[in-house]
Amino acid sequence: MSRTGIVVFLVVCVLFVVSWVVKAGTGDPEGHYIRDGFLVTFAAFLTLAIMSFMYKDNPYYKFAEHLFVGVSAAYWMCLAFWSTLVGNLVPRISERLSNAFMVPHQPGEYNFFFYIPVILGILLLMRLSPKGGWISRWPLAFIVGTTAGLNFVRYLRSDFINQINSTFLPLAVDWQGFGHFFSNLSLNATGQFVAMFGNCVIFFGVLCGVIYFFFSKEHTGWFGRASRVGIWVLMITFGASFGYTVMGRISLLVGRLTFLLRDWLGIAS
Amino acid sequence: MWNGHIWGMKVHNLGVILVLLVIGSGLLWLLARALRGKEVDRRVIFAFIFVSVAAPLLITMTFTFRATPIVEAVFDKIESLPPGSHVLISYDFDPAMAPEVQPMANVLTRHALVRNHKVIFMCLFATGQGQLNVTLRDVIAADFPDKLDGIDYVNLGYKAGNEGVLNVIVSDFKKMFPTDVNTVPFDSIELLDGIKSCKDLDLVISIGGGLPGLKEWILFVGDPGGVPTAGGVAAVVAPQLYPYYPRQLLGLLGGVKGAAEYESHFRERYPQFDDMPTPAIIMMGPQTIAHIVIMSFIVIGNILYFRERRKGRRV
Repeated sequence: MSRTGIVVFLVVCVLFVVSWVVKAGTGDPEGHYIRDGFLVTFAAFLTLAIMSFMYKDNPYYKFAEHLFVGVSAAYWMCLAFWSTLVGNLVPRISERLSNAFMVPHQPGEYNFFFYIPVILGILLLMRLSPKGGWISRWPLAFIVGTTAGLNFVRYLRSDFINQINSTFLPLAVDWQGFGHFFSNLSLNATGQFVAMFGNCVIFFGVLCGVIYFFFSKEHTGWFGRASRVGIWVLMITFGASFGYTVMGRISLLVGRLTFLLRDWLGIAS
Repeated sequence: MWNGHIWGMKVHNLGVILVLLVIGSGLLWLLARALRGKEVDRRVIFAFIFVSVAAPLLITMTFTFRATPIVEAVFDKIESLPPGSHVLISYDFDPAMAPEVQPMANVLTRHALVRNHKVIFMCLFATGQGQLNVTLRDVIAADFPDKLDGIDYVNLGYKAGNEGVLNVIVSDFKKMFPTDVNTVPFDSIELLDGIKSCKDLDLVISIGGGLPGLKEWILFVGDPGGVPTAGGVAAVVAPQLYPYYPRQLLGLLGGVKGAAEYESHFRERYPQFDDMPTPAIIMMGPQTIAHIVIMSFIVIGNILYFRERRKGRRV
Protein backbone atom coordinates (compact mmCIF):
# COMPACT_ATOMS: atom_id res chain seq x y z
CA MET A 1 0.00 0.00 0.00
CA SER A 2 1.34 3.45 -0.88
CA ARG A 3 2.04 6.09 1.75
CA THR A 4 -1.00 8.11 0.66
CA GLY A 5 -3.12 4.98 0.91
CA ILE A 6 -1.97 4.39 4.49
CA VAL A 7 -2.72 8.00 5.44
CA VAL A 8 -6.20 7.80 3.91
CA PHE A 9 -6.81 4.50 5.68
CA LEU A 10 -5.80 5.99 9.04
CA VAL A 11 -8.00 9.05 8.46
CA VAL A 12 -10.96 6.81 7.59
CA CYS A 13 -10.35 4.72 10.75
CA VAL A 14 -10.15 7.81 12.96
CA LEU A 15 -13.30 9.31 11.42
CA PHE A 16 -15.10 6.01 11.86
CA VAL A 17 -14.21 5.79 15.56
CA VAL A 18 -15.07 9.45 16.17
CA SER A 19 -18.43 9.02 14.42
CA TRP A 20 -19.16 5.85 16.42
CA VAL A 21 -18.34 7.57 19.73
CA VAL A 22 -20.37 10.67 18.87
CA LYS A 23 -23.41 8.69 17.62
CA ALA A 24 -23.28 6.39 20.63
CA GLY A 25 -23.01 9.43 22.92
CA THR A 26 -26.07 11.08 21.40
CA GLY A 27 -28.11 7.84 21.36
CA ASP A 28 -30.85 6.76 23.72
CA PRO A 29 -29.08 5.88 27.03
CA GLU A 30 -31.78 3.29 27.79
CA GLY A 31 -31.42 1.62 24.38
CA HIS A 32 -28.58 -0.21 22.64
CA TYR A 33 -26.75 3.05 22.01
CA ILE A 34 -23.30 1.50 21.33
CA ARG A 35 -24.72 -0.95 18.80
CA ASP A 36 -26.97 1.69 17.20
CA GLY A 37 -24.05 4.11 16.96
CA PHE A 38 -21.97 1.46 15.23
CA LEU A 39 -24.74 0.51 12.79
CA VAL A 40 -25.42 4.09 11.72
CA THR A 41 -21.69 4.79 11.34
CA PHE A 42 -21.09 1.59 9.40
CA ALA A 43 -24.08 2.29 7.10
CA ALA A 44 -22.75 5.80 6.46
CA PHE A 45 -19.27 4.39 5.77
CA LEU A 46 -20.68 1.89 3.26
CA THR A 47 -22.77 4.59 1.56
CA LEU A 48 -19.75 6.86 1.19
CA ALA A 49 -17.60 3.92 0.08
CA ILE A 50 -20.04 3.14 -2.75
CA MET A 51 -20.33 6.81 -3.70
CA SER A 52 -16.53 7.12 -3.79
CA PHE A 53 -16.57 5.18 -7.07
CA MET A 54 -17.78 8.37 -8.75
CA TYR A 55 -14.34 9.84 -8.05
CA LYS A 56 -12.44 6.73 -9.09
CA ASP A 57 -12.18 3.02 -8.37
CA ASN A 58 -10.69 2.39 -4.92
CA PRO A 59 -10.33 -0.35 -2.24
CA TYR A 60 -13.16 1.08 -0.10
CA TYR A 61 -15.60 0.79 -2.98
CA LYS A 62 -14.43 -2.75 -3.66
CA PHE A 63 -14.86 -3.69 0.00
CA ALA A 64 -18.43 -2.33 0.08
CA GLU A 65 -19.30 -4.00 -3.22
CA HIS A 66 -17.95 -7.41 -2.19
CA LEU A 67 -19.65 -7.18 1.18
CA PHE A 68 -22.97 -6.33 -0.48
CA VAL A 69 -22.75 -9.20 -2.96
CA GLY A 70 -21.73 -11.70 -0.26
CA VAL A 71 -24.39 -10.66 2.23
CA SER A 72 -27.08 -10.60 -0.51
CA ALA A 73 -26.19 -14.10 -1.73
CA ALA A 74 -26.25 -15.54 1.79
CA TYR A 75 -29.44 -13.67 2.70
CA TRP A 76 -31.36 -14.84 -0.37
CA MET A 77 -30.19 -18.43 0.04
CA CYS A 78 -31.42 -18.55 3.64
CA LEU A 79 -34.61 -16.78 2.69
CA ALA A 80 -35.33 -19.16 -0.18
CA PHE A 81 -34.85 -22.12 2.16
CA TRP A 82 -37.08 -20.78 4.93
CA SER A 83 -39.79 -19.21 2.79
CA THR A 84 -40.04 -21.64 -0.12
CA LEU A 85 -38.98 -25.02 1.24
CA VAL A 86 -39.97 -24.62 4.88
CA GLY A 87 -42.76 -22.08 4.37
CA ASN A 88 -44.50 -23.51 1.33
CA LEU A 89 -43.54 -27.17 1.07
CA VAL A 90 -42.92 -28.66 4.54
CA PRO A 91 -46.39 -27.88 6.00
CA ARG A 92 -47.98 -29.69 3.07
CA ILE A 93 -45.95 -32.90 3.08
CA SER A 94 -45.23 -33.86 6.67
CA GLU A 95 -46.54 -33.07 10.15
CA ARG A 96 -43.34 -34.33 11.78
CA LEU A 97 -41.19 -32.07 9.61
CA SER A 98 -43.53 -29.15 10.30
CA ASN A 99 -43.07 -29.65 14.03
CA ALA A 100 -39.30 -29.94 13.59
CA PHE A 101 -39.16 -26.64 11.73
CA MET A 102 -41.81 -25.12 14.02
CA VAL A 103 -44.14 -24.12 11.18
CA PRO A 104 -47.90 -24.70 11.48
CA HIS A 105 -48.90 -27.92 9.74
CA GLN A 106 -51.85 -27.72 7.36
CA PRO A 107 -54.05 -30.71 8.10
CA GLY A 108 -55.99 -31.96 5.13
CA GLU A 109 -53.55 -30.33 2.75
CA TYR A 110 -51.55 -33.53 2.23
CA ASN A 111 -51.21 -34.20 -1.43
CA PHE A 112 -48.95 -36.69 -3.18
CA PHE A 113 -48.36 -34.22 -6.01
CA PHE A 114 -46.32 -31.97 -3.68
CA TYR A 115 -43.53 -34.57 -3.91
CA ILE A 116 -43.18 -33.85 -7.63
CA PRO A 117 -41.55 -30.42 -7.09
CA VAL A 118 -39.28 -32.05 -4.50
CA ILE A 119 -38.07 -34.56 -7.08
CA LEU A 120 -37.76 -31.86 -9.77
CA GLY A 121 -35.81 -29.68 -7.34
CA ILE A 122 -33.35 -32.49 -6.67
CA LEU A 123 -33.03 -33.14 -10.41
CA LEU A 124 -32.27 -29.45 -10.92
CA LEU A 125 -29.26 -29.84 -8.62
CA MET A 126 -27.92 -32.56 -10.93
CA ARG A 127 -26.46 -29.70 -12.93
CA LEU A 128 -23.60 -29.80 -10.43
CA SER A 129 -22.79 -33.35 -11.51
CA PRO A 130 -20.33 -33.53 -14.46
CA LYS A 131 -21.98 -36.65 -15.94
CA GLY A 132 -25.61 -36.22 -14.93
CA GLY A 133 -25.89 -32.53 -15.83
CA TRP A 134 -28.26 -33.28 -18.72
CA ILE A 135 -30.93 -34.46 -16.23
CA SER A 136 -31.33 -30.88 -14.97
CA ARG A 137 -32.78 -29.94 -18.37
CA TRP A 138 -35.99 -31.83 -17.59
CA PRO A 139 -37.05 -29.78 -14.56
CA LEU A 140 -35.87 -26.65 -16.36
CA ALA A 141 -38.08 -27.54 -19.32
CA PHE A 142 -40.97 -28.08 -16.90
CA ILE A 143 -40.41 -24.64 -15.33
CA VAL A 144 -40.17 -22.90 -18.71
CA GLY A 145 -43.20 -24.73 -20.08
CA THR A 146 -45.37 -24.10 -17.03
CA THR A 147 -44.41 -20.41 -16.85
CA ALA A 148 -45.03 -19.93 -20.57
CA GLY A 149 -48.39 -21.68 -20.38
CA LEU A 150 -49.47 -19.75 -17.30
CA ASN A 151 -48.39 -16.39 -18.67
CA PHE A 152 -49.66 -16.94 -22.20
CA VAL A 153 -53.32 -16.79 -21.24
CA ARG A 154 -52.84 -13.83 -18.87
CA TYR A 155 -50.79 -11.80 -21.31
CA LEU A 156 -53.10 -12.61 -24.20
CA ARG A 157 -56.06 -11.30 -22.23
CA SER A 158 -54.51 -8.28 -20.50
CA ASP A 159 -51.70 -7.16 -22.78
CA PHE A 160 -53.24 -7.99 -26.13
CA ILE A 161 -57.03 -8.15 -26.25
CA ASN A 162 -57.72 -5.64 -23.47
CA GLN A 163 -55.03 -3.29 -24.78
CA ILE A 164 -56.55 -3.32 -28.27
CA ASN A 165 -59.90 -2.69 -26.66
CA SER A 166 -58.43 0.24 -24.71
CA THR A 167 -57.04 1.79 -27.89
CA PHE A 168 -60.39 2.00 -29.67
CA LEU A 169 -61.66 5.04 -27.86
CA PRO A 170 -64.53 7.35 -28.83
CA LEU A 171 -63.00 10.32 -30.64
CA ALA A 172 -66.07 12.43 -29.88
CA VAL A 173 -66.58 12.24 -26.12
CA ASP A 174 -69.99 13.27 -24.79
CA TRP A 175 -70.76 14.96 -28.13
CA GLN A 176 -73.83 17.23 -28.08
CA GLY A 177 -73.11 19.37 -31.11
CA PHE A 178 -70.64 22.14 -32.01
CA GLY A 179 -72.56 24.80 -30.05
CA HIS A 180 -72.26 22.88 -26.81
CA PHE A 181 -68.63 21.98 -27.54
CA PHE A 182 -67.46 25.54 -28.17
CA SER A 183 -69.51 27.09 -25.38
CA ASN A 184 -67.92 24.69 -22.84
CA LEU A 185 -64.41 24.81 -24.32
CA SER A 186 -61.79 24.68 -21.55
CA LEU A 187 -58.37 23.19 -20.82
CA ASN A 188 -59.64 21.50 -17.66
CA ALA A 189 -58.06 18.04 -17.30
CA THR A 190 -61.49 16.46 -16.83
CA GLY A 191 -63.16 18.53 -19.54
CA GLN A 192 -64.59 17.39 -22.87
CA PHE A 193 -61.89 18.98 -25.04
CA VAL A 194 -58.99 17.39 -23.13
CA ALA A 195 -60.75 13.99 -23.14
CA MET A 196 -61.30 14.15 -26.92
CA PHE A 197 -57.77 15.39 -27.53
CA GLY A 198 -56.33 12.61 -25.33
CA ASN A 199 -58.33 9.92 -27.11
CA CYS A 200 -57.25 11.24 -30.52
CA VAL A 201 -53.58 11.23 -29.44
CA ILE A 202 -53.86 7.63 -28.21
CA PHE A 203 -55.73 6.36 -31.27
CA PHE A 204 -53.66 8.08 -33.95
CA GLY A 205 -50.45 7.69 -31.94
CA VAL A 206 -50.85 3.93 -31.77
CA LEU A 207 -51.85 3.77 -35.44
CA CYS A 208 -48.80 5.77 -36.55
CA GLY A 209 -46.53 3.79 -34.22
CA VAL A 210 -47.74 0.54 -35.76
CA ILE A 211 -47.27 1.96 -39.28
CA TYR A 212 -43.63 2.75 -38.43
CA PHE A 213 -43.03 -0.95 -37.73
CA PHE A 214 -44.85 -2.09 -40.89
CA PHE A 215 -42.13 -2.81 -43.42
CA SER A 216 -44.15 -4.61 -46.14
CA LYS A 217 -44.93 -1.28 -47.80
CA GLU A 218 -42.44 1.44 -48.71
CA HIS A 219 -42.56 4.42 -46.34
CA THR A 220 -43.45 7.05 -48.95
CA GLY A 221 -46.40 9.43 -49.43
CA TRP A 222 -49.06 9.53 -46.73
CA PHE A 223 -47.76 6.21 -45.39
CA GLY A 224 -44.29 7.71 -44.93
CA ARG A 225 -45.72 10.81 -43.24
CA ALA A 226 -47.68 8.63 -40.83
CA SER A 227 -44.49 6.68 -40.19
CA ARG A 228 -42.68 9.94 -39.35
CA VAL A 229 -45.43 10.80 -36.87
CA GLY A 230 -44.94 7.28 -35.44
CA ILE A 231 -41.25 8.04 -34.86
CA TRP A 232 -42.20 11.23 -33.02
CA VAL A 233 -44.66 9.31 -30.85
CA LEU A 234 -41.97 6.75 -30.02
CA MET A 235 -39.39 9.46 -29.27
CA ILE A 236 -41.78 11.32 -26.97
CA THR A 237 -42.54 8.03 -25.19
CA PHE A 238 -38.84 7.29 -24.74
CA GLY A 239 -38.33 10.86 -23.51
CA ALA A 240 -41.07 10.43 -20.92
CA SER A 241 -39.50 7.13 -19.82
CA PHE A 242 -36.11 8.83 -19.53
CA GLY A 243 -37.62 11.64 -17.45
CA TYR A 244 -39.23 9.12 -15.13
CA THR A 245 -35.97 7.17 -14.87
CA VAL A 246 -34.12 10.34 -13.89
CA MET A 247 -36.80 11.02 -11.28
CA GLY A 248 -36.36 7.49 -9.90
CA ARG A 249 -32.58 7.76 -9.68
CA ILE A 250 -32.72 11.19 -8.06
CA SER A 251 -35.21 9.79 -5.51
CA LEU A 252 -32.71 7.10 -4.56
CA LEU A 253 -29.99 9.73 -4.18
CA VAL A 254 -32.33 11.81 -2.04
CA GLY A 255 -32.94 8.73 0.11
CA ARG A 256 -29.23 8.17 0.66
CA LEU A 257 -28.46 11.85 1.26
CA THR A 258 -31.37 12.08 3.70
CA PHE A 259 -29.77 9.23 5.62
CA LEU A 260 -26.35 10.91 5.59
CA LEU A 261 -27.54 14.42 6.42
CA ARG A 262 -30.32 13.57 8.87
CA ASP A 263 -29.67 10.18 10.45
CA TRP A 264 -25.87 10.33 10.46
CA LEU A 265 -24.79 13.96 10.62
CA GLY A 266 -28.05 15.29 12.09
CA ILE A 267 -27.93 18.55 10.14
CA ALA A 268 -31.15 18.16 8.15
CA SER A 269 -34.60 18.21 9.72
CA MET B 1 -31.99 25.70 12.78
CA TRP B 2 -33.05 27.61 9.67
CA ASN B 3 -35.56 29.98 11.27
CA GLY B 4 -34.91 33.69 11.87
CA HIS B 5 -34.13 36.71 9.70
CA ILE B 6 -31.05 38.19 8.02
CA TRP B 7 -31.27 41.68 6.44
CA GLY B 8 -35.01 41.55 6.95
CA MET B 9 -35.33 38.42 4.89
CA LYS B 10 -36.30 34.98 6.18
CA VAL B 11 -33.24 32.72 6.46
CA HIS B 12 -35.18 30.02 4.60
CA ASN B 13 -35.87 32.32 1.64
CA LEU B 14 -32.31 33.57 1.72
CA GLY B 15 -31.13 29.96 1.60
CA VAL B 16 -33.28 29.26 -1.45
CA ILE B 17 -31.94 32.34 -3.25
CA LEU B 18 -28.36 31.42 -2.32
CA VAL B 19 -28.77 27.86 -3.58
CA LEU B 20 -30.25 29.07 -6.88
CA LEU B 21 -27.49 31.68 -7.23
CA VAL B 22 -24.72 29.14 -6.60
CA ILE B 23 -26.19 26.58 -9.01
CA GLY B 24 -27.04 29.22 -11.64
CA SER B 25 -23.60 30.82 -11.58
CA GLY B 26 -22.02 27.35 -11.66
CA LEU B 27 -23.99 26.47 -14.78
CA LEU B 28 -22.98 29.73 -16.46
CA TRP B 29 -19.35 28.97 -15.63
CA LEU B 30 -19.83 25.53 -17.12
CA LEU B 31 -21.34 26.99 -20.30
CA ALA B 32 -18.54 29.55 -20.64
CA ARG B 33 -15.91 26.85 -20.11
CA ALA B 34 -17.56 24.55 -22.64
CA LEU B 35 -17.85 27.37 -25.21
CA ARG B 36 -14.11 27.95 -24.90
CA GLY B 37 -13.73 24.34 -25.99
CA LYS B 38 -12.50 22.97 -22.68
CA GLU B 39 -13.44 19.48 -21.50
CA VAL B 40 -15.82 19.20 -18.55
CA ASP B 41 -14.83 16.46 -16.12
CA ARG B 42 -17.65 14.04 -15.27
CA ARG B 43 -16.93 14.64 -11.58
CA VAL B 44 -18.00 18.27 -12.04
CA ILE B 45 -21.38 16.98 -13.23
CA PHE B 46 -21.61 14.71 -10.16
CA ALA B 47 -20.75 17.66 -7.91
CA PHE B 48 -23.57 19.70 -9.47
CA ILE B 49 -26.08 16.93 -8.90
CA PHE B 50 -24.86 16.49 -5.32
CA VAL B 51 -25.26 20.19 -4.52
CA SER B 52 -28.64 20.43 -6.25
CA VAL B 53 -29.95 17.49 -4.21
CA ALA B 54 -28.28 18.19 -0.85
CA ALA B 55 -28.94 21.94 -0.64
CA PRO B 56 -32.77 21.75 -0.91
CA LEU B 57 -32.70 19.01 1.73
CA LEU B 58 -30.80 21.25 4.14
CA ILE B 59 -33.12 24.22 3.69
CA THR B 60 -36.28 22.06 3.21
CA MET B 61 -37.42 23.57 -0.07
CA THR B 62 -41.03 22.51 -0.74
CA PHE B 63 -43.64 23.19 -3.40
CA THR B 64 -47.40 22.87 -3.56
CA PHE B 65 -48.99 20.12 -5.63
CA ARG B 66 -52.34 19.49 -7.23
CA ALA B 67 -53.44 15.91 -7.70
CA THR B 68 -53.63 14.82 -11.33
CA PRO B 69 -56.70 12.77 -12.41
CA ILE B 70 -54.78 9.47 -12.34
CA VAL B 71 -53.77 10.06 -8.69
CA GLU B 72 -57.12 11.55 -7.75
CA ALA B 73 -58.82 8.39 -9.04
CA VAL B 74 -57.12 6.31 -6.32
CA PHE B 75 -57.98 8.89 -3.68
CA ASP B 76 -61.62 9.08 -4.79
CA LYS B 77 -61.95 5.30 -4.81
CA ILE B 78 -60.79 5.00 -1.19
CA GLU B 79 -63.09 7.91 -0.29
CA SER B 80 -66.10 6.41 -2.04
CA LEU B 81 -65.89 2.96 -0.44
CA PRO B 82 -68.22 2.54 2.54
CA PRO B 83 -66.48 2.21 5.94
CA GLY B 84 -65.57 -1.39 6.69
CA SER B 85 -64.63 -2.18 3.09
CA HIS B 86 -61.76 -4.61 2.60
CA VAL B 87 -58.68 -2.98 1.11
CA LEU B 88 -55.62 -5.09 0.37
CA ILE B 89 -52.24 -3.35 0.30
CA SER B 90 -49.39 -5.44 -1.05
CA TYR B 91 -45.82 -4.41 -0.23
CA ASP B 92 -44.00 -5.48 -3.37
CA PHE B 93 -40.77 -3.60 -2.86
CA ASP B 94 -37.45 -3.71 -1.08
CA PRO B 95 -35.31 -1.15 0.77
CA ALA B 96 -33.70 -0.09 -2.52
CA MET B 97 -37.05 1.23 -3.76
CA ALA B 98 -38.20 2.47 -0.35
CA PRO B 99 -37.29 6.18 -0.70
CA GLU B 100 -39.70 6.39 -3.63
CA VAL B 101 -42.55 4.12 -2.67
CA GLN B 102 -42.57 3.96 1.14
CA PRO B 103 -44.25 7.43 1.29
CA MET B 104 -47.02 6.05 -0.96
CA ALA B 105 -47.51 3.00 1.22
CA ASN B 106 -47.70 5.16 4.35
CA VAL B 107 -50.16 7.72 3.03
CA LEU B 108 -52.40 5.09 1.41
CA THR B 109 -52.51 3.12 4.67
CA ARG B 110 -53.25 6.30 6.61
CA HIS B 111 -56.06 7.15 4.19
CA ALA B 112 -57.59 3.66 4.31
CA LEU B 113 -57.53 3.62 8.12
CA VAL B 114 -58.94 7.11 8.55
CA ARG B 115 -61.85 5.99 6.38
CA ASN B 116 -62.28 3.01 8.74
CA HIS B 117 -61.61 0.45 6.04
CA LYS B 118 -60.33 -2.98 6.97
CA VAL B 119 -56.79 -3.22 5.69
CA ILE B 120 -55.14 -6.50 4.68
CA PHE B 121 -51.36 -6.30 4.33
CA MET B 122 -49.26 -8.80 2.42
CA CYS B 123 -45.92 -8.92 0.59
CA LEU B 124 -44.73 -10.49 -2.64
CA PHE B 125 -41.18 -9.31 -1.89
CA ALA B 126 -39.47 -11.00 1.05
CA THR B 127 -37.90 -7.71 2.08
CA GLY B 128 -41.31 -6.05 1.85
CA GLN B 129 -42.06 -7.40 5.31
CA GLY B 130 -39.43 -5.08 6.79
CA GLN B 131 -40.92 -2.13 4.91
CA LEU B 132 -44.37 -3.11 6.12
CA ASN B 133 -43.05 -2.99 9.68
CA VAL B 134 -42.04 0.62 9.02
CA THR B 135 -45.67 1.44 8.17
CA LEU B 136 -46.96 -0.45 11.20
CA ARG B 137 -44.60 1.59 13.41
CA ASP B 138 -44.81 5.03 11.74
CA VAL B 139 -48.46 5.06 10.74
CA ILE B 140 -50.56 2.61 12.73
CA ALA B 141 -48.73 2.71 16.08
CA ALA B 142 -48.17 6.47 15.81
CA ASP B 143 -51.49 7.77 14.41
CA PHE B 144 -53.97 4.94 14.98
CA PRO B 145 -53.07 3.34 18.31
CA ASP B 146 -56.72 2.31 18.80
CA LYS B 147 -56.75 0.14 15.66
CA LEU B 148 -56.46 -3.53 16.51
CA ASP B 149 -54.55 -6.28 14.74
CA GLY B 150 -56.98 -8.86 13.37
CA ILE B 151 -59.98 -6.53 13.60
CA ASP B 152 -59.02 -3.30 11.84
CA TYR B 153 -55.97 -4.58 9.99
CA VAL B 154 -54.16 -7.84 9.48
CA ASN B 155 -50.64 -8.65 8.38
CA LEU B 156 -50.53 -11.79 6.25
CA GLY B 157 -46.80 -11.43 5.68
CA TYR B 158 -44.66 -12.65 2.83
CA LYS B 159 -45.37 -15.68 0.71
CA ALA B 160 -42.87 -17.02 -1.81
CA GLY B 161 -44.09 -17.83 -5.30
CA ASN B 162 -44.41 -14.52 -7.13
CA GLU B 163 -47.17 -14.76 -9.78
CA GLY B 164 -47.99 -18.24 -8.50
CA VAL B 165 -49.25 -16.70 -5.25
CA LEU B 166 -51.52 -14.34 -7.18
CA ASN B 167 -52.75 -17.16 -9.38
CA VAL B 168 -53.91 -19.01 -6.26
CA ILE B 169 -55.32 -16.16 -4.15
CA VAL B 170 -57.50 -14.96 -7.00
CA SER B 171 -59.61 -18.05 -6.28
CA ASP B 172 -58.56 -19.16 -2.77
CA PHE B 173 -56.87 -16.93 -0.21
CA LYS B 174 -56.58 -19.49 2.55
CA LYS B 175 -54.68 -21.92 0.38
CA MET B 176 -51.73 -19.54 0.21
CA PHE B 177 -52.17 -17.82 3.57
CA PRO B 178 -53.38 -20.45 6.06
CA THR B 179 -52.24 -18.14 8.88
CA ASP B 180 -51.27 -14.52 9.32
CA VAL B 181 -47.71 -13.47 10.10
CA ASN B 182 -48.26 -14.23 13.80
CA THR B 183 -49.47 -17.77 12.94
CA VAL B 184 -53.09 -16.95 13.83
CA PRO B 185 -55.25 -19.31 11.67
CA PHE B 186 -57.03 -17.67 8.74
CA ASP B 187 -60.48 -18.71 9.99
CA SER B 188 -59.85 -17.18 13.44
CA ILE B 189 -59.17 -13.69 12.07
CA GLU B 190 -62.31 -11.58 12.47
CA LEU B 191 -61.32 -9.16 9.72
CA LEU B 192 -61.19 -11.96 7.16
CA ASP B 193 -64.76 -13.15 7.76
CA GLY B 194 -66.38 -13.57 4.36
CA ILE B 195 -63.09 -13.27 2.48
CA LYS B 196 -62.46 -16.38 0.42
CA SER B 197 -60.56 -14.94 -2.50
CA CYS B 198 -59.39 -11.67 -3.99
CA LYS B 199 -62.77 -11.39 -5.68
CA ASP B 200 -64.27 -10.58 -2.26
CA LEU B 201 -62.01 -7.54 -1.84
CA ASP B 202 -63.22 -4.03 -2.56
CA LEU B 203 -59.87 -2.69 -3.64
CA VAL B 204 -56.40 -4.07 -4.26
CA ILE B 205 -53.40 -1.74 -4.06
CA SER B 206 -49.92 -2.87 -5.02
CA ILE B 207 -46.96 -0.74 -4.03
CA GLY B 208 -43.77 -1.65 -5.83
CA GLY B 209 -41.69 -1.28 -8.91
CA GLY B 210 -40.11 -4.65 -9.59
CA LEU B 211 -41.21 -8.14 -10.48
CA PRO B 212 -43.72 -9.23 -9.29
CA GLY B 213 -45.50 -5.94 -9.00
CA LEU B 214 -48.54 -3.99 -10.09
CA LYS B 215 -48.45 -5.39 -13.62
CA GLU B 216 -48.72 -8.95 -12.25
CA TRP B 217 -51.61 -7.88 -10.00
CA ILE B 218 -53.44 -6.58 -13.08
CA LEU B 219 -52.67 -9.69 -15.13
CA PHE B 220 -53.40 -12.31 -12.49
CA VAL B 221 -55.97 -10.67 -10.20
CA GLY B 222 -57.42 -7.43 -11.60
CA ASP B 223 -58.37 -8.62 -15.09
CA PRO B 224 -59.36 -12.27 -14.48
CA GLY B 225 -61.03 -11.60 -11.13
CA GLY B 226 -62.62 -8.27 -11.98
CA VAL B 227 -61.09 -6.79 -8.82
CA PRO B 228 -60.61 -2.98 -8.73
CA THR B 229 -56.83 -2.58 -8.85
CA ALA B 230 -54.73 0.49 -8.18
CA GLY B 231 -51.15 1.05 -7.20
CA GLY B 232 -48.11 3.11 -6.60
CA VAL B 233 -44.88 2.36 -8.39
CA ALA B 234 -41.30 3.52 -8.70
CA ALA B 235 -40.85 6.08 -11.46
CA VAL B 236 -38.80 3.73 -13.63
CA VAL B 237 -41.74 1.42 -14.31
CA ALA B 238 -44.56 3.99 -14.28
CA PRO B 239 -44.53 4.60 -18.08
CA GLN B 240 -45.11 0.88 -18.64
CA LEU B 241 -48.25 0.98 -16.52
CA TYR B 242 -49.97 4.06 -17.92
CA PRO B 243 -51.47 2.08 -20.86
CA TYR B 244 -53.57 0.08 -18.35
CA TYR B 245 -55.26 3.24 -17.08
CA PRO B 246 -58.24 3.70 -16.80
CA ARG B 247 -59.86 0.46 -18.00
CA GLN B 248 -57.59 -2.09 -16.36
CA LEU B 249 -56.03 0.10 -13.70
CA LEU B 250 -58.13 2.32 -11.48
CA GLY B 251 -55.38 4.84 -10.80
CA LEU B 252 -51.65 5.12 -10.36
CA LEU B 253 -49.16 6.97 -8.21
CA GLY B 254 -46.12 7.26 -10.47
CA GLY B 255 -42.88 7.86 -8.63
CA VAL B 256 -42.31 10.38 -5.90
CA LYS B 257 -44.33 12.98 -7.83
CA GLY B 258 -47.44 10.82 -7.56
CA ALA B 259 -46.78 10.30 -3.86
CA ALA B 260 -46.36 14.05 -3.32
CA GLU B 261 -49.65 14.74 -5.11
CA TYR B 262 -51.43 12.18 -2.93
CA GLU B 263 -49.90 13.52 0.30
CA SER B 264 -50.90 17.04 -0.67
CA HIS B 265 -54.46 16.01 -1.57
CA PHE B 266 -54.80 13.97 1.62
CA ARG B 267 -53.68 16.88 3.81
CA GLU B 268 -56.15 19.20 2.09
CA ARG B 269 -59.00 16.77 2.70
CA TYR B 270 -57.98 15.84 6.24
CA PRO B 271 -56.58 18.95 7.99
CA GLN B 272 -56.15 16.97 11.23
CA PHE B 273 -53.13 15.35 9.53
CA ASP B 274 -51.58 18.70 8.63
CA ASP B 275 -48.47 17.96 10.69
CA MET B 276 -48.03 14.39 9.41
CA PRO B 277 -44.65 13.52 7.86
CA THR B 278 -44.66 14.29 4.13
CA PRO B 279 -41.44 12.74 2.83
CA ALA B 280 -42.60 12.79 -0.80
CA ILE B 281 -43.38 16.53 -0.74
CA ILE B 282 -39.98 17.19 0.84
CA MET B 283 -38.28 15.00 -1.78
CA MET B 284 -39.81 17.03 -4.60
CA GLY B 285 -37.61 20.03 -3.66
CA PRO B 286 -34.36 18.25 -4.57
CA GLN B 287 -36.15 16.60 -7.50
CA THR B 288 -37.14 19.95 -8.98
CA ILE B 289 -33.70 21.54 -8.61
CA ALA B 290 -31.92 18.41 -9.89
CA HIS B 291 -34.23 18.25 -12.92
CA ILE B 292 -33.57 21.92 -13.71
CA VAL B 293 -29.83 21.24 -13.52
CA ILE B 294 -30.11 18.15 -15.75
CA MET B 295 -32.23 20.07 -18.27
CA SER B 296 -29.59 22.82 -18.23
CA PHE B 297 -26.94 20.20 -18.99
CA ILE B 298 -29.00 18.99 -21.94
CA VAL B 299 -29.41 22.57 -23.24
CA ILE B 300 -25.66 23.27 -22.82
CA GLY B 301 -24.85 19.99 -24.57
CA ASN B 302 -27.14 20.88 -27.47
CA ILE B 303 -25.71 24.40 -27.79
CA LEU B 304 -22.24 22.88 -28.06
CA TYR B 305 -23.43 20.25 -30.53
CA PHE B 306 -24.95 22.80 -32.91
CA ARG B 307 -21.92 25.08 -32.52
CA GLU B 308 -19.59 22.23 -33.43
CA ARG B 309 -21.80 21.27 -36.37
CA ARG B 310 -21.78 24.83 -37.70
CA LYS B 311 -17.99 24.92 -37.37
CA GLY B 312 -17.75 21.64 -39.26
CA ARG B 313 -19.88 23.03 -42.13
CA ARG B 314 -17.67 26.13 -42.41
CA VAL B 315 -14.56 23.98 -42.66
